[in-house]
Parts: sequence; structure tokens; C-alpha cells
Amino acid sequence: MVEAINKINRSDMKYQTTKPIVEYKNVQKSYGDVEVLKGLNLSIYPGEKVALIGPSGSGKTTIIRMLMTLEQPTAGEIIFDGKNLWHMERKGKLVPANEKHLRELRGDIGMVFQHFNLFPHMTILQNCMTAPIQVQKEDKESARKRSIEMLEKVGLGDKLDSYPNQLSGGQKQRVAMARALVMRPKIMLFDEVTSALDPELVGEVLEVIRDIAEEGDMAMVLVTHEMDFALDVADRVIFLDNGVIAEQGSPKEVLEESNNERLQQFLHRFRN
Amino acid sequence: MTIHAIIDVFPVLMKGINITITVFLLSAIFGYLFAIIAGLCRLSHNLVVRGITSFYVEIFRGTSLIVQLFWLYYAIPMLFNVGIDNRLMAGVLAISLNYGAYMSEIVRGSILAVDKGQTEASIALNLSPFQRMRMVIFPQALRMMLPELGNYLIQMLKATSLVSLIGMTDILYHGNILRSTDLSAAPTVYLLLLLFYFIMALPLILLTRKGEQISKKGVAR
Ligand SMILES: Nc1ncnc2c1ncn2[C@@H]1O[C@H](COP(=O)(O)OP(=O)(O)OP(=O)(O)O)[C@@H](O)[C@H]1O
Ligand SMILES: [Mg+2]
Repeated sequence: MVEAINKINRSDMKYQTTKPIVEYKNVQKSYGDVEVLKGLNLSIYPGEKVALIGPSGSGKTTIIRMLMTLEQPTAGEIIFDGKNLWHMERKGKLVPANEKHLRELRGDIGMVFQHFNLFPHMTILQNCMTAPIQVQKEDKESARKRSIEMLEKVGLGDKLDSYPNQLSGGQKQRVAMARALVMRPKIMLFDEVTSALDPELVGEVLEVIRDIAEEGDMAMVLVTHEMDFALDVADRVIFLDNGVIAEQGSPKEVLEESNNERLQQFLHRFRN
Repeated sequence: MTIHAIIDVFPVLMKGINITITVFLLSAIFGYLFAIIAGLCRLSHNLVVRGITSFYVEIFRGTSLIVQLFWLYYAIPMLFNVGIDNRLMAGVLAISLNYGAYMSEIVRGSILAVDKGQTEASIALNLSPFQRMRMVIFPQALRMMLPELGNYLIQMLKATSLVSLIGMTDILYHGNILRSTDLSAAPTVYLLLLLFYFIMALPLILLTRKGEQISKKGVAR
């Protein structure tokens, strides 16, 4: 019952009464001659759960990497939390952002990677504690306490002093999520976080994402090939094709009711 | 070559052991220091920093250590009327600058060999560039460097014998003096010298092994 209400409230946000947390404004990205994104316009709202789907090479990863400041757009603007991410003002003119500017903004953005990228020389607990202490200047005890709580939440309370190479893929990915969550981001980006996992480990990771999603207040962008999961968790599904948004809407609209031909082809491949 | 001769030669060589070990330890410390600084500078975004460092590395790798030693001890003080009339300083500088240049390539290579995902994860956690290097990239690179840096440790030990050429009284210096006064002592002197260097190298060899193990495991525990 409570869940159902949550769900309704969340889909209400789609009606966009609040200010977006992220706005892509005519964002283009090319690698050399290859045009990956051709003028992307996309707004994501606080607390909204967006699933990004699309064929390989359609630019899904590129979209979230630009927001994580790992990749610079070729043209256009990304507005995060009301501020221009890749540009800053200097003497009344817009100039490319420097590291200091990026650091001020990216603290509210978190990301989980396909290949975990845990720090292999640190224990699980150190993996989680380091950034709150170093970046947010949180005192050690409280960072430790919060990290342990977070690791317990993802079911790894008994692994605090293990090293990443002692964990299964599913456990590693749950650590990676805990590590991102202790930073309390306003938006969290997931890049195919289950696709490097053995099939039997996918479930435990999706379960954790579902839990996070149900807490509500953090926006999430999920690049995923798990259609059932997207249908279940997302408020909005975006189908990306050839560098543009080819279809978007509620999970039901996109995954079940759309008659976009490319989308049909794409989904067909997943249903078998 | 009798036991008797060995007993005569041994204490003479021992007189130089202090110098050999001092030069070695200082050269190792400064050698690693130069290696890390130069290795990092070669990765700098600043063109000038990179240029100057490359110049240093190529000069010191491309010329002979003995000549560099003579430059530092004889030529530079005369040309510029400054500086290195101190043998220890000249010896340590020559060895550490030379090996630092070689080892900087290892430092640089290892840093570049750390998975790019590590940098990306630390950017995503909003660590500063310095924190990324200090807490994430360098500790992992260091583990990769250990075996090779260990090998250079042994080479630096052997290179200390060159300082006898600028009149430092290390074990080779004392051995040479002994031989020049008594030519028949030569076999004993040089046999003992080999042993001296080998025994000093032993702990370094063990240390290198340890480094290889740590490196293989990927984590020091
Ligand atoms: N660093 C790069 N240099 C050159 N080309 C790149 C680079 N990164 C991505 N590309 C290209 O950009 C296009 C989009 O890549 P992207 O990784 O965003 O796709 P994707 O939708 O995430 O695909 P996948 O489902 O395979 O992960 C691809 O054609 C890819 O080859
Ligand atoms: Mg991708």
C-alpha cells in the first residue's frame, strides 16, 4: 500500500512542477568525425528515476559520463542544479570550466560503473570512508559509522575488512553502490551495472537498486538492458537511437505501447 | 692466497665500508626521490615542466655515469666557480641523478599502467587531482614498480664503487691502495671485494623478492 502511494507520487513528478536537477540543452558530442550525440535535449527532475535504453553505440554511456564530468560535450550546455556544468563565468564571459568549478558541482553527482572500479588496495570499509573524509571533511568516526551502516544496508556488514579481490562480482557492485551512496548525491548514475556479472548474481544487485529507488528522494539515471527491471523501477524510459531520443515516456508507454519501429526491433532482440 | 692474507686484507677493506654504505643509502634515497619527482613531472600537463624533465632524463640516460660524476666534481665547480667541492655530495648527486633518470621511466610507466577506471571512480567521488594521485593512483602504481625499483637498488649499490675515482675512501679505494703497495695481494683483495658487494646485495635481493610478491598480489598486507 505504502509502496503504491510512493509509486504514484513519483510518477507525479513527471508532470514537472519542480525545477529540473539536470538539463541537457542541445548537447552534442563527437569523437573525431564520429557524431555520437546530435543535439540532446533532456531534463531530469529531482527524485526521478530514468531508464536509458538503446542499441550498443547509441550514446547512453556518453550521456551519463558527460554529467559525471568524465567527458566534455562538444557543444551545448549541461545545467546541473541550476548551474552551468561545463562553463563558468569570468569577467562576464562564459569560459570552459576549470577543475575547481567542476569540483564544486560534481560533489552532488554519484556514479556506479560497469566494472565496479573499486580501489583494490583498500578494504571495503576504506573504499567507502575515504571520500567523505577527504572530500567532505567529515570527521572520521561519523564517516566510519555511516559507511558501516551503508554497507550493512547493501548486505555486506560482515565484509568490512575484506579486500575487493576477495568478493564476488555482485558483492563488489554492492560495495560500489554503498561507496557512491555515502556521498549523499542528489543524482546517481548507473552504467549497465549488472552487465559484467554472472547471471546468478544480477538479482542481488538489482534488489539493492530497487531498495535505493524506493527511498525516493535521489534522482537516478539507469543505463540498462534489464527491461523488466526498467519497467518496474523507472518513472520514465528513454529510448536512444542514432544519437537522438527516439522515444520516451512512462515504462508502459515505451516498453509496451509504442509503435516506433526501431524500438520494436530493439525490444524484439531482448524478448528472445 | 692464504688465510693469513685474508686476515690482513679484511680490516683494510672494512675501513671503507662506512663510506660505501653512506653513499649507497643517500644515493638510494635521493635516487627514488628524483625518480618520483621526474616521473610525475613527465606526466604533467604543463609543457615547460614536461620539457625540462625530459631533457634531464635523456641527458642522464644518454651519457656515462663516470663522466657525469667527473662533471659534477671537477668540471662544474671550475666552470661556475661554485659548489661541489664536497666529494660525498658529488658522488651521491651523480649516482642519484643518473639512476633517478632511469627509474623515473618506471614511475611514469607504472602510473600510466593503472587502470583508467580508477581515476574515473575517484573523479566520481570528487577527490581532488592531488588526492587521486596520492590515495588511489600512486599506491597502486607503487606496487607495480617495486620489483624493478628493487633491481635498481642493487645496481646503485654496485655503482657506489665509482666514487673511489673522485678520491672517496670506499672499500674499492682501500682495496686499490693495498694492491698498489703489494701487487701479490691483488687476488685476495678483489675476491674479498666481490664478497663484500655480494653480501651487501643479499638483503637487497631478498627485499626485491618481497617486492615481487607484494606486486603479484596487488595489495600489501
Ligand atoms: N573515447 C572514445 N573515443 C572514440 N569513440 C568513442 C569513445 N567513447 C565512445 N566512443 C564511441 O561513441 C559511440 C557511443 O558510445 P557509448 O559508449 O556512449 O555507447 P553506449 O550506448 O553506451 O553503448 P553500449 O551499449 O555498447 O555500452 C560509440 O560508437 C563508441 O564507439
Ligand atoms: Mg555503454
